[in-house]
Amino acid sequence: MKPVVELVDVWVELGGHTVLEAITMRVEEGEFVSVVGPNGAGKTTLLKVILGLVAPQRGEVRVFGRPPRDLGRDRARIGYVPQAEEIDLRFPLRVIDVVLMGRYGILGLGRRPRREDRRAALEALELVGIRELAGKLIGELSGGQRQRAFLARALAAKPKLLLLDEPTTGVDPAASESFYELLRKIQEKDVTVLMVTHDVGVVSRYVDKVACINRRLVVHGRPEEVVTSEALAEMYGCAALFFHHGRIPHMVVRPHTDFREEGK
Amino acid sequence: MSLLGYVFMQRALIAGTLIGATAGAIGVYVVLRGFSFIGAGIAHAAFGGVAIALLLGIEPLWGALAFSLAVAWAIAYTSRRAALKEEVAIGILFAASMALGIFLLSFIPGYRADLFGYLFGNILSVSSHDLLVSFVLAGLVFTAVAVLYKEFLFITFDPGMAEVSGFPVGVLQGLLLSLVALTVVLSLRVVGAVLVAALLVIPAATAYQLVRDFHRLLFLSALLGIAEVVGGLIISFYLDTPSGPTIVLLSAALFALVMFLRKRSP
Repeated sequence: MKPVVELVDVWVELGGHTVLEAITMRVEEGEFVSVVGPNGAGKTTLLKVILGLVAPQRGEVRVFGRPPRDLGRDRARIGYVPQAEEIDLRFPLRVIDVVLMGRYGILGLGRRPRREDRRAALEALELVGIRELAGKLIGELSGGQRQRAFLARALAAKPKLLLLDEPTTGVDPAASESFYELLRKIQEKDVTVLMVTHDVGVVSRYVDKVACINRRLVVHGRPEEVVTSEALAEMYGCAALFFHHGRIPHMVVRPHTDFREEGK
Repeated sequence: MSLLGYVFMQRALIAGTLIGATAGAIGVYVVLRGFSFIGAGIAHAAFGGVAIALLLGIEPLWGALAFSLAVAWAIAYTSRRAALKEEVAIGILFAASMALGIFLLSFIPGYRADLFGYLFGNILSVSSHDLLVSFVLAGLVFTAVAVLYKEFLFITFDPGMAEVSGFPVGVLQGLLLSLVALTVVLSLRVVGAVLVAALLVIPAATAYQLVRDFHRLLFLSALLGIAEVVGGLIISFYLDTPSGPTIVLLSAALFALVMFLRKRSP
């Protein structure tokens, strides 16, 4: 398998603070990876580094084998679902118009959407299961429906890599679970999925790998290993010193349910 | 004599139509992006530019154009640097520019009367040269909105995503603010520096209560803009009041009426 995203010893400093420290990780083609960690752990910055919006002070970033800033037209192969609160819901736009924006990157400057773009937008809405809402205003949707609309926007350009930033914030648990199931369905269409979340417990049932980040990459591995390890304890502030020795952490395996009770 | 019998009134009405349409359309971006304060900032800066141009003996519109464009790009630049409080910068800049304008104009004998015109609008002041400039400015604004419709919509709704998609958000932001600047300069003669900002906000805010579709909002806001400016000009002609305040009062009354009627309808 080829790596779709590769970070080697990435350091990011923003406003005098080290936000990411020596991050080395790779995401293989077709994987579904979740990035978990406490608030301020640098999860969103990590996505921005992959998108080429934040340049690391040190280290190497490669997406589809190239630095993100040199992707050119291949930039459209990355779909991105930003955090929901960045958008003004009173904006007078219909769902279909929002999803069409996912095609703008392919269209480039000055070119208008055509029939094929509209078709791709409707297909994306079909895929996320809300095609019948195409004519609604974006502000009229429920939280779960809105997240699907933004997912459809990210999918409208038929990306090979999908990045999501806390997609289920403010969405009720049942809707979140069906959202994760939908992501699995999308992954089956040969899309690599990288999702930032703090919903550690539930997510582990859907993803292939979990990366725990608290400025540093604390642990990166299969969910049954990571989620039950003491990495979580360290991530949320109780330092477990042995993680400092060497890159492969020592796993302490505990029953799955056990963790989820603690995590609450 | 009827109102259309006066050449100055014919010119004012043509200019008013252009002003109403551009201010209405650009106002949609101003309102949706929360730029209301920026519109006021650019308008006051334009007044400073007028004063300097008059002092130097240059055509006032060029001074207004240079100052307002400079401020537009300065705002676009500072708003990209999140660390700076742009509102504070604009607040200082626009008050200083306005003060400079009035300060300088007090040194020019004979311009005292015209000062009032630049501040609050004067329908007698639209020359045939102004009219020509108005056509060029309005043409520029509408061409830009038509050509960059998709881009301006994108940076207004979701600038972060526009950046991710590879659009030059900073430049587009600067261009959009430049269109605000052009609209301000275009409206200066008829509406005046103090009240231009209202024209950038009220028609769009009124239209927003009636339609919820971006495309229709642009059209309705432009139409309302035309109706309000032309209507205000006609009222100011008969009542012999300054045109700017008359237009703004009419617009505000229409806004209040629409709000009242919408509240009452189920």
